[in-house]
Amino acid sequence: MTATRAVAASPVEAPRGSRGRWSRDRVETRVLGVLRWVVVLGLLLFTLFPFAYMVLLSFRDLSSLAADPGRLLPTGDELTLSTYRDVLAPESAGGQGFITFIRNSGVVALLTVAVSLALALPGAYAVSRLRFRGRRQVSVLFLAVYLFPSILLAVPLFIGFTRLGLRGELAGLVLVYVAQTVAVSIYMLRNYFLTVPASVEEAAAMDGAGRLGVLRHVSLPLAVPAIAANGLFVFMIAWNEFLFALLFLVEDRPRWTVSLGLSQLAGSFEVPTTVLMAGSVVLTLPVVLLFFGSERLLRGGLTAGAEKG
Amino acid sequence: MSARRAPGAQDAAGPVRRRGGLERAEARAGLAFLSPTLLVVLAVIVLPVLWTVVMAFQDIRLVTLATSGLVGEATLDNVREVLTSDGFWGALGTTLTYSVLGTASAVGLGLAGALALRRGFRGRGLVRGALLLPYVAPVVAATFVWGVMLNPQLGIVNHWGTTLLGWDEPIAFLSQRTSDVSVLGATVPVPTALLTVVAFEMWRSFPFALLFLTARLEAVPGVLEEAALVDGATPTQRFRHVLLPQLLPTIGVLALLRFIWTFTSFDEIYLLTGGGAGTEVLSVRVFDYLVSRGDVGAASAQALVLALVLVVLVAVYLRTGHHEEEEQ
Repeated sequence: MTATRAVAASPVEAPRGSRGRWSRDRVETRVLGVLRWVVVLGLLLFTLFPFAYMVLLSFRDLSSLAADPGRLLPTGDELTLSTYRDVLAPESAGGQGFITFIRNSGVVALLTVAVSLALALPGAYAVSRLRFRGRRQVSVLFLAVYLFPSILLAVPLFIGFTRLGLRGELAGLVLVYVAQTVAVSIYMLRNYFLTVPASVEEAAAMDGAGRLGVLRHVSLPLAVPAIAANGLFVFMIAWNEFLFALLFLVEDRPRWTVSLGLSQLAGSFEVPTTVLMAGSVVLTLPVVLLFFGSERLLRGGLTAGAEKG
Repeated sequence: MSARRAPGAQDAAGPVRRRGGLERAEARAGLAFLSPTLLVVLAVIVLPVLWTVVMAFQDIRLVTLATSGLVGEATLDNVREVLTSDGFWGALGTTLTYSVLGTASAVGLGLAGALALRRGFRGRGLVRGALLLPYVAPVVAATFVWGVMLNPQLGIVNHWGTTLLGWDEPIAFLSQRTSDVSVLGATVPVPTALLTVVAFEMWRSFPFALLFLTARLEAVPGVLEEAALVDGATPTQRFRHVLLPQLLPTIGVLALLRFIWTFTSFDEIYLLTGGGAGTEVLSVRVFDYLVSRGDVGAASAQALVLALVLVVLVAVYLRTGHHEEEEQ
């Protein structure tokens, strides 16, 4: 669909004018035609090289890297999985304990998704469907929260959570992540609810369904793809987050998240670089998988059927 | 509104009053549905921000935190300390340079990518997806890999630089403040570490610009360019006079968003350089005041100054943007 539109939008054929072989138009078209591929390939290389480097180094020993830092591909005999074993194994077994960090990150991210959605779904429904005084102000507030830089919250939340005794608790971190993601969740879901015709809900209301009944039996099932995409988005934010994990959990190694663990161990000289590369892969892989998964999910969403039906 | 009906309108009052009741019920439901969210946002974002303003004018330190009251005597010491301390103005300049260069390069690269990917080809969807990876990847993993790549001993960049490009010695990209580069016989000091973090910022944020501009490009009506084509406009002329005017408002919003986020970003620089080698930005100073020095008041004051500078810059930007619109 997009391909045909793009072709129609940028016609290649120059008009058959009386200009010569080396008219400005032809030269430009030629040059840009080549330049386009240079840009695409250059961008791909620039974008993907660090990821390839990460994966390739994670399968080597530090000694083999130090011996030959210029070689990217590991040879057959130096290929090793010991880096992954080292990074994942618990500290008691001589590893770096990333398995615990994965559990912590997973718990925090999943709880954030659950709470954020539980708050955002009724909120998005209210903002998109119900008329009440202050609706516009609420939308402005959420936009402001979305733009709001985390560093400005660092001081008061650090102090406040210390005083409340919540600092060092994973639950405290979840609360902060929910507050930071719920606004953008409401915004994303609101846009989706706006595309669902109100008439569908009105029909259900005519049949005697209450407001919560309509939300539960009509609006929510229709919004499942949007909810899933939003959930994945929130999961990625919570999984990737660094600043508040650092501020809240740094003193307590068993509670470190993967991001925090990698950043702390990267500063020490005791852990071999290639082992930490394996840790980087462990940290990055779930996000990349979810990202490509959710792209397909978004594309195969309900919208296509709704337009045709 | 419906309460002020004339007494004569009895017949009409029935349904009207019922609608008023429905409206009230709707308003109640709306607030009920939103109240948990509003409560969380109020407690974790709005109130803490207000509290920062209060703390900026108090003498609070981490060590005295447990004993000090919530609100003590007001003082201007923190603000004075922040504004007159060594390195504040330098950090402000670094922050500005970093955000302007980071924003411009990310938006520029995103625009180039969006234009290059405009015409369809097999596998374009996959390429677009792959180009978004730096934006979704965890910042800690990305900075770590960059750190190793640029490492003077183990890194591949320095290895290739010294073996293939003929560098005399490895460059410590992330810990060297300046390096001398000779341009046309003159030696010019180049801020190595600062440019490196800008390059990282470009790598990490250009996908956002790409996404934004791709969506806008797809909405540009094809007839405009066709008309220009019929008039004999060359590709660059079509870009300059047809496409670019269509894109400019989007580029403006995009640049504003990126600037706000880059100006206040902490993770990237903290993880890459720790704020050393001439890359100390204001957000890193906030963190240092809080964690390294335990000076809560000064950290709050620094955060406040950061926010105020940002607000002023954004206001100026919006102002000038408005004028341009009026002139057109």
